[in-house]
Amino acid sequence: MEYLLIIISAIFVNNIVLAQFLGICPFLGVSNKLSTASGMSLAVCFVITLATVVTFLINKYLLVPFGLTFLQTIAFILVIAALVQMVEIVLKKVSPSLYQALGIFLPLITTNCAVLGVAINVVTKEFTFGGEAHMLGLGEATVYAFATSLGYGLAMVLFAGIREHLAMNEVPKAFKGLPIALISVGIMALAFLGFSGIV
Amino acid sequence: MSKFSLITKGLLKENPTFVLVLGMCPTLATTTSAMNGLEMGLATMFVLILSNIVISLIAPIVPDKVHIPVYIVVIATFVTVLQLLMQAFTPDVYKTLGLFIPLIVVNCIILGRAEAFANKNGVWDSALDGIGIGLGFTLSLTVIGIVREILGSGAVFGWKFISGDGILAFVMAPGAFLVLGYLMVLFNKLAKK
Amino acid sequence: MAAKSNLTNMALVLTAVCLVCAAILGVIYVVTAEPIAAAAAAEAQASIAKVLPEGGEISEELSSDAEGVDGYFVQTDGEGAVTAYAVKSTTGGFGGPVTLMVGVLPDGTVYNTSVLSHSETPGLGAKCTEENSHFREQWKGFAGKLAVTKDGGDIDAITASTITSRAYTKAVAQAVALVKTLEE
Repeated sequence: MEYLLIIISAIFVNNIVLAQFLGICPFLGVSNKLSTASGMSLAVCFVITLATVVTFLINKYLLVPFGLTFLQTIAFILVIAALVQMVEIVLKKVSPSLYQALGIFLPLITTNCAVLGVAINVVTKEFTFGGEAHMLGLGEATVYAFATSLGYGLAMVLFAGIREHLAMNEVPKAFKGLPIALISVGIMALAFLGFSGIV
Repeated sequence: MSKFSLITKGLLKENPTFVLVLGMCPTLATTTSAMNGLEMGLATMFVLILSNIVISLIAPIVPDKVHIPVYIVVIATFVTVLQLLMQAFTPDVYKTLGLFIPLIVVNCIILGRAEAFANKNGVWDSALDGIGIGLGFTLSLTVIGIVREILGSGAVFGWKFISGDGILAFVMAPGAFLVLGYLMVLFNKLAKK
Repeated sequence: MAAKSNLTNMALVLTAVCLVCAAILGVIYVVTAEPIAAAAAAEAQASIAKVLPEGGEISEELSSDAEGVDGYFVQTDGEGAVTAYAVKSTTGGFGGPVTLMVGVLPDGTVYNTSVLSHSETPGLGAKCTEENSHFREQWKGFAGKLAVTKDGGDIDAITASTITSRAYTKAVAQAVALVKTLEE
């Protein structure tokens, strides 16, 4: 039951893009076409989940015991950068087809603040999910990270769909491109606001 | 390029928010009021100036293949320094901006300026570039913050001019996107003239 | 322009940069450790003082297993008699955890409350942080039924923010319950 609440909360109520403002740059950058948007979402999904698990363990077994939590930012970003590189190398060897599909997105992910944002949030914030406030355990953290990245994918794919239609419509010159896109996201966020309070 | 235009270009011609469209996350998340926007802008500027200076100094000796990791380490160091200083001397501000202080590390403006400017220019020019772009970023954030605060809570810099509430949606997430979108339209319109 | 890469200079530069950065961070950490601790202590002191009657001595933070209680402080007068408790109490609000500091007198009356941290909606639930609002004023000296009026209690909820008001009330109730068990 609690896992279900975590999933609903992370995907709809606290959607990472529309409510938490993380990962906006790639969200605006590669949402022109549905196919690239879904490719990017997959890659992000993979990296966020993996990075959260690894940084969670590093934080718990290295930084906290040695009283080095002030190094969180620097340690996490280095881990994420190294992880992304490793994923790239492994994918290239193991599954060339998947690499073909995700490859171009991977280097971009290091500077996607959604990855670092989720990693830091998971180890510093208390969550409630309908019950008592508590720090997340490894299992919950993994589910939370995975669900959050699903939320990212959902927002991305929905938005790409809207944008493909926007491209075919006439809009005033000053609105062309990003401005109209941002206004559409605003309206989408307004719709997602309706979910707030259910968890 | 003259020294003066290095500073002023960030305000209009290369405005990081409205023209380059970089660093969107803090731009949207921390501009719930004018003061928050201003503080976030200044925090980013602090890191930007220092990392620009250091990167322009070390760029000639950094091997090409490892330049990104080296830059990230430098930027992350300054961000951590900023975190510690803010915790010590402005704990309230640190609490308000929260997660978005450590996230300065992945603010594309900073790595972007390191790649596009600091690694091929001298120390002075890089510092000025940092000040210019930083000012542009701070100004944009403050303007967005002012608009959202006026519409959302009927106040400017905490000074309330209507009693009761504003249009709450503007303080919440959707308002951030809408205000930025419309300000961009305005910016495009004015820049065309 | 960037230097040509070979294994030696790559390893050297990376190591050197990391060492220098680590050294800088170490120094800054040591220098700021004291002000950070002082700032945190000052904040805790101020939040405790706000919810307790003036004067008296305040104990170190004590821990408790009671539900939702993160810790509490005991205020005593010169002779060692307990004059009040300050309890740090957390519940789940609308947008995340809400943590309060609640001042409670030994008889279970609420002296005053203050918000330590929250993530409620700005303009709605976040109004619970507004000092001197009706919602906050009603807590001073409150000894009635700890529930919002909608649930049959004596607390007037913040307009359009029943969930936040309920959470706030529950956090206070947790604090009062702890004091009652301590006094027994």
